[in-house]
Amino acid sequence: MVRIVDRRFDSKNKSAVNRQRFMRRFKGQIRKAVADAIDGRSIKDLDKGESVSIPSKDLSEPHFQHGEGGVWDQVHTGNDQFSSGDEVNRPQGGGGGGGGGSGASEDAASEDDFVFQLSREEFLDIFFDDLALPNLVKTQLAKIPEYKSQRAGFSADGVPANLNLVRSMRSALGRRLALGSPYNARLRELHAEIAELEALTPRDEERILALKEEAGRLRAKLERIPFLDTFDLRYNNRIRLPQPSTQAVMFCLMDVSGSMDEEKKATAKRFFMLLYLFLTRTYEQIEVVFIRHHTVAKEVDEENFFHSRESGGTVVSSALDLMRDIIQERYASGLWNIYGAQASDGDNWENDSPRCRELLSSAILPFVQFLAYIEITPGEPQNLWREYEKLLGTHSNFAMQRIENYGDIYPVFRELFKKTLL
Amino acid sequence: MVTKKRTRKPLPAPSEWTFELIETYQKEIQRVAEAYGLDTYPNQIEMITAEQMMDAYASVGMPVNYHHWSFGKQFIATEKSYRRGQMGLAYEIVINSNPCISYLMEENTLPMQALVIAHAAYGHNSFFKGNYLFRTWTNADAIIDYLIFARNFLSECEERYGEEAVELLLDSCHALMSVGVDRYKRPPKLSIEKEKMRQKEREDYLQSQVNDLWRTLPQLEARASQQNERRFPPEPEENLLYFLEKNAPLLEPWQREVVRIVRKVSQYFFPQRQTQVMNEGWATYWHYTLLNTLYDEGLLADSFMMEFLHSHTNVVMQPPYNAAWYRGINPYALGFAMWTDIRRICESPSDEDRRWFPDIAGSNWRETFDFAMRNFKDESFIAQFLSPKLMRELRMFAIQDDDREARLKITAIHDDAGYQRLRESLSEQYNLGAREPNVQVWNVDVRGDRTLTLRHQSYKRRPLGTTSPEMLRHIARLWGFTVKLETVDDDGKVLLVRECRPDKTADLSRAA
Repeated sequence: MVRIVDRRFDSKNKSAVNRQRFMRRFKGQIRKAVADAIDGRSIKDLDKGESVSIPSKDLSEPHFQHGEGGVWDQVHTGNDQFSSGDEVNRPQGGGGGGGGGSGASEDAASEDDFVFQLSREEFLDIFFDDLALPNLVKTQLAKIPEYKSQRAGFSADGVPANLNLVRSMRSALGRRLALGSPYNARLRELHAEIAELEALTPRDEERILALKEEAGRLRAKLERIPFLDTFDLRYNNRIRLPQPSTQAVMFCLMDVSGSMDEEKKATAKRFFMLLYLFLTRTYEQIEVVFIRHHTVAKEVDEENFFHSRESGGTVVSSALDLMRDIIQERYASGLWNIYGAQASDGDNWENDSPRCRELLSSAILPFVQFLAYIEITPGEPQNLWREYEKLLGTHSNFAMQRIENYGDIYPVFRELFKKTLL
Repeated sequence: MVTKKRTRKPLPAPSEWTFELIETYQKEIQRVAEAYGLDTYPNQIEMITAEQMMDAYASVGMPVNYHHWSFGKQFIATEKSYRRGQMGLAYEIVINSNPCISYLMEENTLPMQALVIAHAAYGHNSFFKGNYLFRTWTNADAIIDYLIFARNFLSECEERYGEEAVELLLDSCHALMSVGVDRYKRPPKLSIEKEKMRQKEREDYLQSQVNDLWRTLPQLEARASQQNERRFPPEPEENLLYFLEKNAPLLEPWQREVVRIVRKVSQYFFPQRQTQVMNEGWATYWHYTLLNTLYDEGLLADSFMMEFLHSHTNVVMQPPYNAAWYRGINPYALGFAMWTDIRRICESPSDEDRRWFPDIAGSNWRETFDFAMRNFKDESFIAQFLSPKLMRELRMFAIQDDDREARLKITAIHDDAGYQRLRESLSEQYNLGAREPNVQVWNVDVRGDRTLTLRHQSYKRRPLGTTSPEMLRHIARLWGFTVKLETVDDDGKVLLVRECRPDKTADLSRAA
């Protein structure tokens, strides 16, 4: 007896648990790979999977093995030139055609890294983990764009809760009128004829009776037309529409003076990335403007923004000036939502800081949705920080935070997030 | 192909399969298989998707298995190379169980499905049922039940003692899988009810045994035994997992059970590792023979046959040593060639064959096949049946790599002087005992600090590989005390290789 079973629709992904175990086991290595990947990625490019490679030796499963050496006899096929007693040179690189033994060649093959693909979810998960995001926020961010349910006329089927009474009754009335009109017309004729006959003398009683009977039958027919038929029911129709999206522009301002080292830039990069990710949840189209500055500011592309080194003093207001100019030039119309993120180590030329505050409060903050300033420094707050602190009370769309490590980045976004959630 | 009179109308042969067609082909293959006298377990053929095939792959081909990260790693690796198209998935997986389960993959064409049915459901299946190693070491009736028991038991342990504790323990056990098999003792039969019933008993009993071994109260006989230095174990033990399960002093009862589960699984797969050439050759021989018989009867269309032969030829290809894609001897090719050759020796032996194989030359080939299939493993099968003709055909030659010599030496080729030596070398190559290092439990310092001494018996001066330190850490984790590894070189000299104390931070009893 042979049984043929169709298992194609049985549970899939039996190995999902094993995959999770694997990920958990090598969390350290995967996390490092993700950190490296983030450094290499464009900030617009965060929202997808990543291939991760782990050195094979870290995840080997050991067994007792033979090492190289000793005497190995090996039989091969396809002899085309050898006779007994011949001697040949050892092939280079072990393994291959000649000796070495199976143990050695396996080793050679396993030197490669173990590369595999992280899904978008897994990647974001690890990225968020570093930034110590609360769970609610994680799900908000990882979510695919939201849809909004919207009225779209009426439909002939639906759930009782969506029943539209007025439409249903109107349609029932129409149906009753349409179905009843031939009978009503005939009935009117009959009534007229009966009235005519009754006025005559002598009365043709037989004829009148016949007509009255017919009128009775017609009325019965009219009554049998249902008051409300399932055919009449109308329901409110709702469709899911992607939420209306508008465009936004995000300004990234970064201090690239000598005191900003690679590590500080990496922190700033995560900050910009996260802001970008937040914005992608709300806006479909986002432009990013990169402004870097030391004593003078310059608009650059992303590559130059993160990777070129400059040195010299710092005049923060130069960047703010440039930002103001760009806003006025390109994003002045009300169509744009403007966001700004400024990263610096806070070390500004002393006389410049009050001017920065001035610029922000008069020329920039009135036009932007939100502006966040992060100061990446382990030491005491610098003069720029103290000036900016004065803005906090008066401007609700301004947030600032001092950052020492990645975990400190998120609180800045709490400010921003409060707004978008409402 | 022999041109016989083709009497019957061919079966329909579109490339898309349907369940009806599979049923039809299955029936015909079964009819022919029975006519050839193949004795099989009942068949269960399951249709699965590529994704499910990868799942099955990842859990070493078993339909149920416990969870472990290494299976996840396997899955990821398989998926990756499959997606990239580097590797086609195996056409089939067949499970040595009763009924015998063969998986067919949805993506395959009808001729491929028929090939797999003949190969797995009749070839492998009859081998599982007949070969002495499978009969002795595996219990087809109980394996699925046992794996269900194992999975449930392990997930219970995870709940009770934490996933990490179980994972560490499994890591150590997996490392010892290859030295966790009995090569000579017969195993007891297993069944799920008995397992469950005896598991509790075993826990208590084992614990009491262990405690007794480590009894520290002074006893009268202690004085006597001190004089002739009692050794433990009295005989060296080759099955390390068995030894640790029964004797490791600090393991909790559940940990002993886990060691036992891994040991049982390892033992279950042991025969497959010992009969690769025979088993694959046998299955390949039979899919070839069964389908050709059907073709000769006129049941198979030519287009069907072309596709079948194309796949078959790929499977049994043996590239020469100097080809870029040479990966050693292909077990399918060698096995198929040997079985074909045995039939030739039975049916039309040459004088040479009569000299080399007086017992089987001219005998009934089906009886000889049956005898060979039942009573051999790769090592002995090659030593017994590899014929000079086949060595010539494959142009075999043996190379000796001696690390004391500057150059490699060709020790034998396919000529009169070399046949015997070639055959011995090749047979040796399939001897698991020589392929893997021979490491056994030698002694336990019962009276002293409980140090466990392992001995590696060196063979042909082959040293241990670089994994030894890590292996010792795993063994020390299970044993709970210091573990020493000694090597006995070919002259019988004992050298201490290394020593490992258990790592207290990864202490199993603490994790529990």
